[in-house]
Amino acid sequence: MNKPERYIYLDHSATTPVDPRVVEAMAPYWSEIFGNSESSHAFGRAAANALEGARQTVADVLGCRPAEIAFTGSGTEADNLALRGAAWGARRSGRGAHIVVTPVEHHAVGHTADQLVDLFDCEITQVEVDEYGCVDPDDVAAAIRPDTVLVSVMAANNEVGTVQPIAEIGRVCRERGVLFHTDAVQAAGRLSLNVAELDVDLMALSAHKFYGPKGVGVLYARRDTQLLPALTGGEHERGRRPGTVNVAGAVGLATALRLVEEEREAECVRLRALRDRLIEGILERIPESRLTGHPTERLAHHASFAFRGVEGESVVLNLDQERIAASSGAACAEGEPEPSFVLAAMGLPQEWGLGSLRLSLGHANDEADVTRVLEVLPCIVAQLRASEVGDGAKLFRTSCDRAQRRGR
Amino acid sequence: MEQSSFARVVIALSGGVDSGVAAALLVEQGYEVVGAMLRLWAERGPDEARANRCCTPEAVERARRVADLLDVPFHLIDAEAVFKQQVVDYFVAEYAAGRTPNPCIPCNRAVRFGMLLDRARALGADCMATGHYARLRQIDGRRQLLRGRDPLKDQSYFLHALTQGQLAHVLFPLGELTKEEVRAIARQRGLPVAEQPESQDLCFLADGDYRRFLAERVPRLFRPGPIRDTSGRVLGQHQGLPAYTIGQRKGLGVGAAEPLYVLAIEPGENALVVGPADELGRDECLVEEMHYVSGETPAAPFRATAQIRYRARPAAVVVTPQPQRRAFVRFDSPQRDITPGQFLVLYDGDVVLGGGVICRARRPVL
Repeated sequence: MNKPERYIYLDHSATTPVDPRVVEAMAPYWSEIFGNSESSHAFGRAAANALEGARQTVADVLGCRPAEIAFTGSGTEADNLALRGAAWGARRSGRGAHIVVTPVEHHAVGHTADQLVDLFDCEITQVEVDEYGCVDPDDVAAAIRPDTVLVSVMAANNEVGTVQPIAEIGRVCRERGVLFHTDAVQAAGRLSLNVAELDVDLMALSAHKFYGPKGVGVLYARRDTQLLPALTGGEHERGRRPGTVNVAGAVGLATALRLVEEEREAECVRLRALRDRLIEGILERIPESRLTGHPTERLAHHASFAFRGVEGESVVLNLDQERIAASSGAACAEGEPEPSFVLAAMGLPQEWGLGSLRLSLGHANDEADVTRVLEVLPCIVAQLRASEVGDGAKLFRTSCDRAQRRGR
Repeated sequence: MEQSSFARVVIALSGGVDSGVAAALLVEQGYEVVGAMLRLWAERGPDEARANRCCTPEAVERARRVADLLDVPFHLIDAEAVFKQQVVDYFVAEYAAGRTPNPCIPCNRAVRFGMLLDRARALGADCMATGHYARLRQIDGRRQLLRGRDPLKDQSYFLHALTQGQLAHVLFPLGELTKEEVRAIARQRGLPVAEQPESQDLCFLADGDYRRFLAERVPRLFRPGPIRDTSGRVLGQHQGLPAYTIGQRKGLGVGAAEPLYVLAIEPGENALVVGPADELGRDECLVEEMHYVSGETPAAPFRATAQIRYRARPAAVVVTPQPQRRAFVRFDSPQRDITPGQFLVLYDGDVVLGGGVICRARRPVL
């Protein structure tokens, strides 16, 4: 096969390149306007102005008040603050300790919820998801008890791209007076983030998922939300997130969010067409392949697949050889292939659940990239199937070892 | 169970009466029986010759005589390494963490029904048998584990951690018998083990003194530390946390107007927390490493009875499964001795549902 010069990046759900317009907007905040936004002198005031401008920009996109926006160090940190802060606040005020989550949450939510069992004796109920990874708002309603203090459902799943009915779940929670948190890290630039329309009380975002810089996230927390800070320190970000604020990062996040929101509709139309060509082409060309996640209620840039008997991580390694960057949702434990917890929750049989292949499109991708994938992927899957008949275990182990070395 | 489907059986012999009778019954039922005994790790004394009290040379000799009498082969299988790692190291680590372990359960899971079952299968046997007092039943292609018929000898508590994969290859010939009936059978058949006393817990100790054993291995555990009440008031000094367990009253050496009990062990601050009886009861606990015999974790809360240690009176509970193989277990009435490290085993009548390790009593919701 001829190796093309260009590397094709199809892993925009993992991270995105920073938009040059964002780099430009951040440029003054490293060495020129470098002040601590808490300082009262001119340097501090300049930084504070930039920070409050960024806060206003984010608030405009989310349809909320600037005071309800706190900048954090990452999406994970925002999720942690939301869950731990809400659970602790509720526990301290004696309102209960029951939390409703889904089995397909990102670890930033899932592991934090599990830790709340240890920290505050919270009780966790996981509502089930259907074969597409979708949550039924009626199931959320049924899971809510008098002592329920928080519901957390992600806006869209990172592994299979399924979009959850957040507005319906938000309404259920609002009617019952229960706080509703959503991890919207995958949703920015792809779905509406209007918190009033979604009836969301807490929302987490991460800049690097939408062409902003790494190391900065946002926690939206509705004004009357009782939230105890999970970090202790100064009064930065109204005490919700102590620590000197990353002003350049906040400016970068706000700029990136404004840009993806402005370009959202057009870009989604463009990416959805590419995505659908990718999906149709792969399902047509590769026997015993299936789309994972919802066929229509899915992120516009996101296509994920399972190939019967083929481990996702092996496909990823072979794609990398062909200069195509993709990812797999597979989790490897002790060198053995283990079904992904997301696919397991969706009830995918084990021979299908050895990890999906995720192809997530972005700004730079075009028709030629899709053509290239459709050219090489069928051969890779066929080769893996042929080789795994002979030495499947070894192949699995090799790829899992590599994945572990990479620290996945 | 159809004996034709289990032609060859490996019986785990201990040199005691129970396994001897189990072997004799299997032979009489027509199985092709193979005897096997595990050589387990034991602490070495100054003479380097101490044996594990469960597999002393005398016990091995008795087991061999039983095998000879029944005319079955006998294998002595070295399990020292796996036993040391899975049972003894666990025992020490649990005490070091301020918990009260039960080594028989990892021993059954990893050694007897782990390594020995693997060896039995390698010897061409379809299954293995032991002299435990427990019963098995097959329902809808699944194995159910039940209490032994003799309520005084029921050992199902120790077997709750077995998986469907293990139970599918196991026989308990004594499940329907009482200890008296077993002794009678032994006498009747002339087995040389009829009058053997009951085997002992903590078989790997040279002298039965686990405090000395721990003190030699982890001396820091026996640093004296404060005995305090729940308000933080220091009442006296303890001589090392492994000497105590939750609910213990005797041996505290603290004078008080009313009897005091151990409420909590705090290894972080090397403190023993004590209080009067009315502070002892807890009606809920968090259980970890939950295992369900059926192989399936229930999705919704369910009612069951629970034993919080071997021979504890079964108590009515509601079990609420949590992610990461955990569960909250709520007791209908408060329990005085919910002890971290002990196994909580769930039953539905005589049927073992599963169990896990008690992590801690739950603090009451404010």
